[in-house]
Amino acid sequence: MPKKNKRGYIINIIGILIVFALLCLLFDTGILGRRTEYMKGLATIGMFSIIMVCSLNLLTGYMGEFSLGHAGFMSVGAYTAGIFTMLLKSKGITVPDLPLFIVSLILGGFVAGVVGIIVGIPALRLRGDYLCIVTVAVAEIIRVVLCNLSIPAITGSSTFSKSFAGIPKIADYHYVFFAMVTSVTIMYMYIRSRYGRAVIAIREDYIAAASSGLNVTKHKVMTFTISAFFAGIAGAIYALSITSLLPTYFNFSKSSEFLAMVIMGGSGSMTGSIVAAPILSALPQIISYVNADFASYRMLIYAVLLVLVMIFKPSGLFGNYEFSLTRVVDKVLGKGKGGATVNEGGKKDE
Amino acid sequence: MSESKVIPVLETKGLGISFGGLKANNDVNMVINPGELVGLIGPNGAGKTTFFNLITGVYQPTEGTYYLNGEKMNGKVTHQVVAAGIARTFQNIRLFKKMTVLENVKVAFNKDMKANLFQSILRTPAFWKEELEAERKALELLSLFDLDKFADQAAENLPYGQQRRLEIVRALATDMKLLLLDEPAAGMNPTETESLLESIRMIREKFNIPILLIEHDMNLVMNVCERIYVLNFGEILAEGTPDEISHNPEVIEAYLGKGAV
Amino acid sequence: MLLFLQSLANGLNLGSIYALTALGYTMVYGIIRMLNFAHGDFIMVGGFTLFYTVPLMDSLGIPKPFAIIIAVIVCVTVGVATEQIAYKPVRGHGSMTALITALGMSLILENLALVLFGTTPRNVAAMFDLPNITFGSISLPGKTLLTLGIGIVTMVLLMIFVQKTSIGKSMRAVPEDRTASTLVGINVDRVITITFAIGSGLAAIASMMYVTSYVSIKNELGIALGLKAFVAAILGGIGSIPGAMIGGLLLGLIEIFVKVYLFPAWYEAITYGLLIVVLLVRPAGLLGRKDNEKV
Repeated sequence: MPKKNKRGYIINIIGILIVFALLCLLFDTGILGRRTEYMKGLATIGMFSIIMVCSLNLLTGYMGEFSLGHAGFMSVGAYTAGIFTMLLKSKGITVPDLPLFIVSLILGGFVAGVVGIIVGIPALRLRGDYLCIVTVAVAEIIRVVLCNLSIPAITGSSTFSKSFAGIPKIADYHYVFFAMVTSVTIMYMYIRSRYGRAVIAIREDYIAAASSGLNVTKHKVMTFTISAFFAGIAGAIYALSITSLLPTYFNFSKSSEFLAMVIMGGSGSMTGSIVAAPILSALPQIISYVNADFASYRMLIYAVLLVLVMIFKPSGLFGNYEFSLTRVVDKVLGKGKGGATVNEGGKKDE
Repeated sequence: MSESKVIPVLETKGLGISFGGLKANNDVNMVINPGELVGLIGPNGAGKTTFFNLITGVYQPTEGTYYLNGEKMNGKVTHQVVAAGIARTFQNIRLFKKMTVLENVKVAFNKDMKANLFQSILRTPAFWKEELEAERKALELLSLFDLDKFADQAAENLPYGQQRRLEIVRALATDMKLLLLDEPAAGMNPTETESLLESIRMIREKFNIPILLIEHDMNLVMNVCERIYVLNFGEILAEGTPDEISHNPEVIEAYLGKGAV
Repeated sequence: MLLFLQSLANGLNLGSIYALTALGYTMVYGIIRMLNFAHGDFIMVGGFTLFYTVPLMDSLGIPKPFAIIIAVIVCVTVGVATEQIAYKPVRGHGSMTALITALGMSLILENLALVLFGTTPRNVAAMFDLPNITFGSISLPGKTLLTLGIGIVTMVLLMIFVQKTSIGKSMRAVPEDRTASTLVGINVDRVITITFAIGSGLAAIASMMYVTSYVSIKNELGIALGLKAFVAAILGGIGSIPGAMIGGLLLGLIEIFVKVYLFPAWYEAITYGLLIVVLLVRPAGLLGRKDNEKV
């Protein structure tokens, strides 16, 4: 491993730990008083939104294709994790929280990834608007399937409902934080590897990419699957923290909301997604918390912002800029140019 | 031209394609032997680029077959053709514009790189070794074409002539057995064309591979090519040395119209 | 038999709503290659306009169907304003920007309606007081037949307009070749604006058909309807005007028949499944043309 990268890793790990310590300070010492629980909830929403938006950015920013059905993959992960934990509960099997959390996440991601492959292999022959519309269709189909799924039959609970509640709330924010850091890091490493290079090349010119020896379909399906996988993980965290699921929550509007976050943050910038996701997902909550009358204005404000960003800064707030903690440290220490080393920033959680 | 024992690098037999009844290429028979520099000329719309698309898997031939070093290539898609050893450049430059010059070349190494998904994500020593090796090789190739100093610049920021050269470097990086150049001198000024000529000569020396060249610049074709195929209305009109071609009445007619002879 | 005929009438009625909406999508896409997601919301705008104008007409003593004229004016205004304010500035910034802007405009209209009208569905007063029409033992609602008639006449008029008038011809020329259109003196900007105006006007007609059959409207109406109409446009081949009509009618019939005879809870999945199959088998749709990238 090159020396400068090793140093970068250490700096970033320290940075992440500092952020984690700050979160602990906020939530575990009780300095927020009665609002602690509420803020914890917001932080959790912010964190799974980061995973969700970064996963969508893999497609939009790096592969250059839109998905307007990403909430569909999220719902697959959410229902998988929900059904899995409910099943265990109904069978009377008790598992410690942390392993249960990890297994649920991986399972949620896995099932979403499988759906991603099934959809991706045929659909990724299409590009642009056509692919976009197929993702909408897939998400709608998933929603119809979930609406017709008889959850109680699976989980063995007595009341029938297509939506269900009572999922164990095991998504403790400590776990969620590290789940987020791990997810974002993996996605970042993927982009900064030969696989990411391939997929960016395909975005730039798929004909030239094929003529340079790239198997265009393979790389697209792979990226699509990884994206679906992490959307599933975000969904699993959603299920384990919100504890009740409603198929109609994961609708077209939700998908477009996530896409809007990617674009506003800057498609092609993980930093943009990491900053935009928590702010934009917490903003509506905060607006309605501050004044319940404003609740109906929240999406309107959001939409107006989105259009303004498109008109005045179409590349989003961050363009394709990536924040580098290493670079900042170097600057502070007066070390000159650190160069574009591999870096990762799990910053900003409020 | 038909030496008996040598296996030709490229051989097409009755190759053709029709688009809804229109025969864009018809009964094209071509042989390219090791180390040769062959020109492919013809009036606009004669089907030259279509021929390139046929032998690079962009289109599938509707008639005939083509072979690379004796291996039948029909049915292969583009990336498989590249893996087999045919690399090309494009008439209208197709670079990965937003990527750096270095990355443009590294993309072409991808097919021979081994680090799997897990190694790449976990950044194992194997990953780093391969990555650094790719970088070294890319810089080496770039330096042959005086492009190494632009390694970290976005490809779209290069001047036109250098973009063309970068495209050639990228093609070379695929480790090919046959190089196809589609109008490499198009839009170049005389100085740039001159340096392109240099580059082509250098490629032949260093890489010892055959090149098939589509070109409109007659001067260039006549200068560097050993043999020339003339394509007209999708069919081979003539084949021969530059001298033979320039005196072939049919060729002159195809270019200048009837009665020009 | 009765059920079949009723389903046929309902299918054609729903299909005409889809078709009129799909026309808006298709014409805009044909000209500027942009998926105008806000188009579905124009119907919602039309619906709310009717909610207020139908009683207004009644109280002024004007025949209620005249409310539709105001709805057309409102929809055209909103459509053209959307194009001028939001879409024009982002033209030329690439398809991703265009798509997101359209999505943003859709969200704006939808949430503006939420702020103004809340989430409670509103019932639009009936515009036509028509008895059921009886053929022997079969009786069908007269209003459905009337709106169906209006929908079909509108489409026929549109076909004539596009084929015969010079503006219509320009609308067909611009998608063919934009540069050439400019060269022969077509004002492309004007054609785009007119396209939006016509598309929004059709949306108003569609909203009239919608409220007559389904009565209840709310702010989310546009999204659901818009997505379906969009599917119809793609089925028919996006960019193709007859394609949008056929796609719309087909989709309406399929949905109603699947709902009535096959799987009531799954009909939407069938719709979207059909879309995926069509796109994979024949990406250009039934009547669309495939454009290959030149290498």
